[in-house]
Amino acid sequence: MDSTVKYPKPQGNPETNHFWEQAGKGKLLIKRCTACGEPHYFPRALCPFCFSDKTVWEESSGEGEIYTFSLMRKSAEGPYAIGYVTLKEGPSLLTNFVDCDMTKLKIGQKVKVVFKPTGGAPLPFFTPIE
Amino acid sequence: MSIRRGMHPTNPRHSYTPKSPRGLEDAGLTKADVDGYFCAGDAPGGVMAMTDYLGLKVRHFDSTDTGGCSYLVHLGHAAEAIAAGKCSVALITLAGKPRTGTPPPRATGAELDFEAAYGATTHNIYGMCAMRHMHEYGTTSEQLAWIKVAASHHAQYNPHAMLRDVVTVEDVINSPMISDPLHRMDCCVVTDGGGALIVTTESIARSLKKPLVRMIGHGEAIKGPRGGKDIDLTYSAGLWSGPRAFEEAGVTPKDMKYASIYDSFTITVLMQLEDLGFCKKGEGGKFVADGNLISGVGKLPFNTDGGGLCNNHPVNRGGMTKIIEAVRQLRGEAHPKVQVPNCDLAIAHGTGGLLGVRHAASTCILERV
Repeated sequence: MDSTVKYPKPQGNPETNHFWEQAGKGKLLIKRCTACGEPHYFPRALCPFCFSDKTVWEESSGEGEIYTFSLMRKSAEGPYAIGYVTLKEGPSLLTNFVDCDMTKLKIGQKVKVVFKPTGGAPLPFFTPIE
Repeated sequence: MSIRRGMHPTNPRHSYTPKSPRGLEDAGLTKADVDGYFCAGDAPGGVMAMTDYLGLKVRHFDSTDTGGCSYLVHLGHAAEAIAAGKCSVALITLAGKPRTGTPPPRATGAELDFEAAYGATTHNIYGMCAMRHMHEYGTTSEQLAWIKVAASHHAQYNPHAMLRDVVTVEDVINSPMISDPLHRMDCCVVTDGGGALIVTTESIARSLKKPLVRMIGHGEAIKGPRGGKDIDLTYSAGLWSGPRAFEEAGVTPKDMKYASIYDSFTITVLMQLEDLGFCKKGEGGKFVADGNLISGVGKLPFNTDGGGLCNNHPVNRGGMTKIIEAVRQLRGEAHPKVQVPNCDLAIAHGTGGLLGVRHAASTCILERV
């Protein structure tokens, strides 16, 4: 989506407020369970793998690669590219690819996080770095 | 040993109002016989409002909503309820007008802040699945197009189908790209419509004057990104629901004479055929090519009403019509041009939700009694 698109403001809640505060500082956080060691995204209080509540915040490198994508060509707001990025830390997340030629995206392409403003906390998007 | 449940989906006629009088009439029952009611997110006001509106007096109800496959889930749940003695005549309904009105809203959960802004639609989410499937297995747009071609061959005989023209592979791949790699003709239609089913006990079913169809196996499952671990968009929850249903029925995919497979998009069919074991993972493209899904031509006749790709997709929820056409085939009531000879075993399978994000699957194995 281009810069004219208005993204919804994240609502946040006690489980995720810290994520959005850090997003405001340009940091992409994931959660890691200290009981089983598994990272996850989006962040939960309980580990989705072992159900432990011993989950802690961890800053992601914000780098990863495109797992898959699709360029939506029939949108009232103009074309946009949705996809999954697999972060270096492991978890994959749903996002849009921005600030790039969307017709040249490729599976396996290296990308990094960029934050885009909303009426509230900024949202993480990804852009190619190669 | 297979489990043979004493229940029968006896009424597979279209019903275009939420009241389903034709459903009951077809089954030879009346409203007073209904003591179980099943509906999903399309039902205005939910199960309480619908039960009251229809004037039902039920002792068992279920409003499980898993999108388009809800009614395939309801069929399994109705069978369980009947087997447990919780009800004896179950009504399952679907109705809505997404083409001339508005579709029911999609439910959201804790993922809302982390996903909603990225513009997930059915087209681009299923497009992501197709893109990855092509990347890993070399699946082609031409192979996907064969699924639409097969559906169109069937729809030409259905006077109620929205799209009745037979199309070619070239027609599909030359239609406008909607969300890569899915073209317009890779997508299902958007239609108003509805349907109703009656599920009942074996003894009641035998007292009625319709050919009997029995569900002999059911499986259901849910798949989601699960915290983003080990993402794999090349398979669906059908990988888990299918084997459960086949095991319960004591049959295998090779035994199926006919298949109703949810066809929101061509890729939906291809992935589910693989997941259900009709072919190996990654070989769906080869399996669907060259008319293999066309009745009278290929080895696995599918969606002989024209399916969601050509016939209809009531309320953007195709699970109900999948059951209806499977029951028609087993009763020998499909159009003569697409009726499978001696159709005694069939599968009705669907997914609901978004295949590339979180979705459910339900598999029903049906036999002619």
